[in-house]
Amino acid sequence: MSLIVLDHLEKSYGTIPALRDLSLQVPEGCLYGLLGPNGAGKTTTLRILATLLAPDLGHVRIAGLDGLKDQREIRRLIGYVAQEVAIDKILTGRELLVLQGDLYHLRPKQRNQRIDELIEMLGMDPWIDRRCGTYSGGMRRRLDLAAGLLHRPQLLILDEPTVGLDIESRAVIWNVLRDLRDQGTTVLLSTHYLEEVEALADRMAIIDAGAVIAEGTPNDLKKRLGGDRVTLRVREFSNEQEAETIRDLLEPLDGIQNIVINRSQGHSLNLVVDGEQVLPRLRLCLEEAGLPVFALAQSRPSLDDVYLQATGRTLMDAELAIAGQRDPKQERKQAMR
Amino acid sequence: MTTPHLQIDANQASSRGALTELIQETTALTRRLFVQLKRRPSTLIAGVLQPLIWLILFGALFSKAPEGLLPGGMSYGRFLGAGVIVFTAFSGALNAGLPVMFDREFGFLNRLLVAPLRSRSSIVFASVIYITTLSLVQSLAIMFTAALLGYGWPGAGGLLLVLFTLLLLVFAVTALSLGLAFALPGHIELIAVIFVANLPLLFASTALAPLSFMPVWMGWLAALNPLTFAIEPIRAAYAGPLDLSVVLLDAPYGPVTGQTCLLVLTVLTVGLFLLIRPLLNRKLS
Repeated sequence: MSLIVLDHLEKSYGTIPALRDLSLQVPEGCLYGLLGPNGAGKTTTLRILATLLAPDLGHVRIAGLDGLKDQREIRRLIGYVAQEVAIDKILTGRELLVLQGDLYHLRPKQRNQRIDELIEMLGMDPWIDRRCGTYSGGMRRRLDLAAGLLHRPQLLILDEPTVGLDIESRAVIWNVLRDLRDQGTTVLLSTHYLEEVEALADRMAIIDAGAVIAEGTPNDLKKRLGGDRVTLRVREFSNEQEAETIRDLLEPLDGIQNIVINRSQGHSLNLVVDGEQVLPRLRLCLEEAGLPVFALAQSRPSLDDVYLQATGRTLMDAELAIAGQRDPKQERKQAMR
Repeated sequence: MTTPHLQIDANQASSRGALTELIQETTALTRRLFVQLKRRPSTLIAGVLQPLIWLILFGALFSKAPEGLLPGGMSYGRFLGAGVIVFTAFSGALNAGLPVMFDREFGFLNRLLVAPLRSRSSIVFASVIYITTLSLVQSLAIMFTAALLGYGWPGAGGLLLVLFTLLLLVFAVTALSLGLAFALPGHIELIAVIFVANLPLLFASTALAPLSFMPVWMGWLAALNPLTFAIEPIRAAYAGPLDLSVVLLDAPYGPVTGQTCLLVLTVLTVGLFLLIRPLLNRKLS
């Protein structure tokens, strides 16, 4: 049973495309992760779900409601925790939660009870009555989460919830999210941290350049890759020509499923192999060809490999590549209404 | 694919009436603005201090001006009083858009837009209520000071007229300021517009000097300036018995009665709100 159905979404900010053809379904009661580098379209997707933006093309359905026609009903069901915490520096945390409660039309008694509940759940008691302007990043994030949970939403949407947080705050939030999912809330979060998706997600989708390029449970995605990973470096930094030569040399070997040249890691080779017998065969082949071996390592497939397979580069490198192109001023403008 | 079961939670108060919800959200948003004011009273104080200085200094500047220079033989202090009162309300209302602009810039508006507000007009209502209260309080402070300085006090009927006129002006200028807050890209641009608009509008009105003092071109400007249409009725309210059919302004295009002044202000207010409505709908929907 899908709580969220996104159907061929397209969205551009002026001339800048953000979503090209994004389709996704999120089952009810699932903790769903959207993985991708910054600039992939995760924030745009979440903003559309939170009814802040309308897609240029495509359909959005949440709990059977239409994303464009039933916006107020949708807003009652969802809680949204944005990437940048928007708080009012001069109010106290409690005052912000009271305001939030009123905006969601909670009756005062229930509102106050719920606020006390959340203060305890998120450990906010020592500082909740201080002004928001005095809060650290972790405190702000917890307050923002509390604000999103105040009205007991059926769907909680979080955009990069643990960016820039210390380990303790991150652990607190992870536990809260898991508890929510256990109690039946559907949680959708976007992240560019592999370990976050690994630790939390029941299901996940990899988003790159405005479209979903892989979808499933983390384990399925890894299994789908099949085989083990071998990383081979004949020297610390190689080049395209040498990498291609070695690839052509090794490909016909027994037990080698696939070889990808990792251009962003010194043109090393990432091989997908069947089992452990392949390593000695590899070494022998390289020795016979007179090639040195700088590093040779084998591991089970990881999410990084899933990402690499799907996009042709590692997550970190995708981020670095995009980082240079992003304009913080542009993004501020996109977020501003 | 079947529709997932919607959990109706006791906390999801969808059973409350539309009006209750509207009042609840408007009250909450208004309360926030007043809490901000309470903790950062500089807006209130600056809004009173500046006109106060104008009133005292300008009044003293022309205190020895020859009698009979001004129409009706009134003292310059009394003449100026009406101008400064309107200036206070005008300046206060012109800043109405600033909190909204900051909310736009720092993402707080997005928080409001994600919430299931009964109507997004409550955002506008809250701003209007807040600024109106603030401007009227500031204007009353100036009126009390003017009284202390011996510049007079309107009678009971006159007081109602003063408050009504100020209300109209504040509504009109608030609409303008909110429109600018949504149309301009940032707070720097908004502050620049407010800064540039403030003083010239004051000078090109009858706040500081009567029409008869001005050259023809300036007379035209002043006679078309909305501030003038607020100043003259208030000046009349201070002058004595209330009669709105009396000509208050000898404009270059013809005589203007008190009734006409109020009519012009009303039309202006309604017109400005209608003007900004499509912009607000676009930004808030």
